[in-house]
Amino acid sequence: MTQSWQKELIQTLIVAAVLMYLLPFAINTFTLSILLIYGMLGLSLGLIWGFGGILCFGQAAFFGLGAYAYAIAAVNIGESTFPLLFAILVPALFAMLLGAMMFYGRLADVYLGVITLVVTLILFKFINSTAGPAYVIGKARLGGYNGIPGFQTLNVPGRPDDYIWGDAFYYVCFAALVAVYLLVTCLLRSSFGRIAVGIRENDQRMSLMGYDTRARKTVLFAIGAAIAGLAGGLFANWAEIVTPGLFSLGQSAEIIVWCIVGGLGTRLGPILGAAGLAYLKFLLGQQSLIDNTLITGLILVLFVLFLPKGIVPAVVNLWTVSFGRRPKKSQRNMRRARGGHNG
Amino acid sequence: MAEVVLETQNLTMRFGGVVASDNVNFKLNARELRCLIGPNGAGKSTFFKCVTGLLTPSDGHVFMRGDDVTGWAPHQIASLGVGIKTQVPSVMDGLSAFKNIWLSARRFLSVAEANHKTDEVISRLSLNNIASAELGRLAHGERQRVELGIVLAGDPWLVLLDEPAAGMTAEDVEQMTQVIHEMLHTTAVVIVEHDMQFIRSIASTVTVFHQGAVLMEDHVDRVMADPTVRNVYLGKNA
Repeated sequence: MTQSWQKELIQTLIVAAVLMYLLPFAINTFTLSILLIYGMLGLSLGLIWGFGGILCFGQAAFFGLGAYAYAIAAVNIGESTFPLLFAILVPALFAMLLGAMMFYGRLADVYLGVITLVVTLILFKFINSTAGPAYVIGKARLGGYNGIPGFQTLNVPGRPDDYIWGDAFYYVCFAALVAVYLLVTCLLRSSFGRIAVGIRENDQRMSLMGYDTRARKTVLFAIGAAIAGLAGGLFANWAEIVTPGLFSLGQSAEIIVWCIVGGLGTRLGPILGAAGLAYLKFLLGQQSLIDNTLITGLILVLFVLFLPKGIVPAVVNLWTVSFGRRPKKSQRNMRRARGGHNG
Repeated sequence: MAEVVLETQNLTMRFGGVVASDNVNFKLNARELRCLIGPNGAGKSTFFKCVTGLLTPSDGHVFMRGDDVTGWAPHQIASLGVGIKTQVPSVMDGLSAFKNIWLSARRFLSVAEANHKTDEVISRLSLNNIASAELGRLAHGERQRVELGIVLAGDPWLVLLDEPAAGMTAEDVEQMTQVIHEMLHTTAVVIVEHDMQFIRSIASTVTVFHQGAVLMEDHVDRVMADPTVRNVYLGKNA
């Protein structure tokens, strides 16, 4: 168990380091940064939906809350360390409350989707209507439709004048994504993660075994929101402005499409789906021949029809079928039974 | 005097105007085997759901080892050391049999102990050749056996089984009977069952439900010989 974890840790770090070095040769670091941020956002939903079975249409709400929490705190504090913490904590607490309300109210499946969707829309409407001077938190005006511009962006902790931007910001985003990825890996290997997967498979069975599934789902939901919030905080630094558009329906739907295309139930899938589709959108945005939401929709439909499990599981399958060396059957069975998670 | 592990006092469950469970007083001693029988709609399953916390009774109380557990959530009741199997096989279809049983063992044990316990349960139920198979692909009877393994892995002192023999082959039922007899060394068992053959084969005290209430409680042979019970089962007026 620990040996395979060490092996995976080292592999992940090596692959990440190589990619971190090579990617800037192909795409500029400014674009890469946003792809990494979206990757993290995709991973946050991939965790709670793919492994926890919680279909959340409101991941954009946590992303937006993270961004706003960062911006508001940064205006008031003027240094970026604590605001970034707020970007994680505020969505996590919000999700904890919302999750407790939903899970202790015994809501499941599609109703979770409906509630989270509505919460996102309420936040969108609310933030949109805060243009007046009455909506102030400390020194920060919420600004309604115009959003909040001109806050302190990321700096070296404790030194507000040393800004982290450009290439440095790209490296910070990359490191953050790798850290979150490893954390998620750790979580899924732990008993908590395995039990979460059990709850995804059969909620009632798990509670009849004596697990408090409501509390566990609430915690997992909050962890997912914390990751989305961190992505939001980083986004605020990338865009240097936060606007109500972060809470929009389109943004929420996009995250779900990333997960479906990348592959649910895997860690890498949602990251790749997010980065890939966001880059495609970026490329399509440079031409005016075809509307890019149309393309996103088309991709979703094609995937649902032909690759319903998403890219990563399909590639893994193809790999094991064509190149996979088959270990002796008994050994493989034992290993599978013992249960390293795949994906 | 043996310890009473499960007791209900005046347990009543109403759904609107329908009284599904009517003033049920029930007592079960440690390491006792009890079968609940009765025609469809007699209130067996409602009684079962009230005891396991899946339903909150409208009236009356449920006690387990002396604790009043009325209105507790299912996970709280299960945490006491109560093993529960519902009517339809309820398992984690996307996971292997090993993981299914492991998750149950892990509730009360550390990771290493849970691994050990799972191996033990798997060999006890002779599930070795399907341990790594995804449960969704297995036959109904095999999934029933895995669910029995889930119940066993928690080392319960009270086991509640809702129709454990449903849809199983004669061979499977025989093995299940054997396992239940072994279980009785450490735990009391309540079985809700339709299959009279099965009940005769495990030969125990039977509680007969009729129209929500307890009709009679006696050894299986005497119950089967009773004219009232026969009438209830055949649908004639007693």
